[in-house]
Amino acid sequence: MSLYNIFDIAGSGMSAQTTRLNLVASNMANADTVSSSTGETYRARQPVFAAVLQNEVSSHQQSAAKSVRVSGVVESQAPLRQEFAPQHPMANDEGYIFKPNVNIVEEMANMMSASQSYKNNVEMLNTAKQLLQQTIKIGQ
Amino acid sequence: MTTTIDSLFGVHEQALIYRSKRAEILASNMANADTPGYKARDFDFKSVLNTLKTPSARVDQTHHQHIGFDQTPAAVSLAYRIPTSASLDGNTVDAKVEQAQYAENAMDYQTSLRFVNGKISSYLSALRGE
Repeated sequence: MSLYNIFDIAGSGMSAQTTRLNLVASNMANADTVSSSTGETYRARQPVFAAVLQNEVSSHQQSAAKSVRVSGVVESQAPLRQEFAPQHPMANDEGYIFKPNVNIVEEMANMMSASQSYKNNVEMLNTAKQLLQQTIKIGQ
Repeated sequence: MTTTIDSLFGVHEQALIYRSKRAEILASNMANADTPGYKARDFDFKSVLNTLKTPSARVDQTHHQHIGFDQTPAAVSLAYRIPTSASLDGNTVDAKVEQAQYAENAMDYQTSLRFVNGKISSYLSALRGE
């Protein structure tokens, strides 16, 4: 029954969007983390989504239904913010501190997009649930 | 009046199968709304129902050892949706379009369900002689 697959698909979407929201939260929380070298500095993290073919094994015909998964997390390659602050306790020998390359505005937009997608998946799941409930009530 | 039990629900039996199939495809489009390179897919419900009307498209199993195959989804030829706007990551899913299609599909599913229920209740009342 295809409607049952929607639970898997919507569930995978919700879990992927949750990962995305977690990373946004992590990025925003660490937006002002200061360190004294480029190696230790936090870098903005983003999930990479990939489509997964549903029931690849059980079905020989081409199935278009695809759930989504997080295939990996990448760190942003944008340059770190370097500031000259000799009085800062974390300043290195030359008096510089390093701040993460997190773009707060970008993260806010990302968060809104993720929460919207999450809501879409929830709605989808609810509709599928209603349809199934009505289906099992056939003839009553 | 044909009263074979097979044709009791008419086209709605098949319609429900394909409506749920379509719901699944639209659901995967929406789940992959943020997947880079994902292409939104769909099929033309009307043309699928039309192919079902031609009896030559169906294959019967006349022997229990015949290799069976799922005949219903085979008729579905999936197409790619033409995107309304290009996106940088190659994704062609427009969440709003998919949402609207999904809602419409759900409504049509419920319509078919209503017809099936109506058929059942009218047959029941005919059987009871009320």
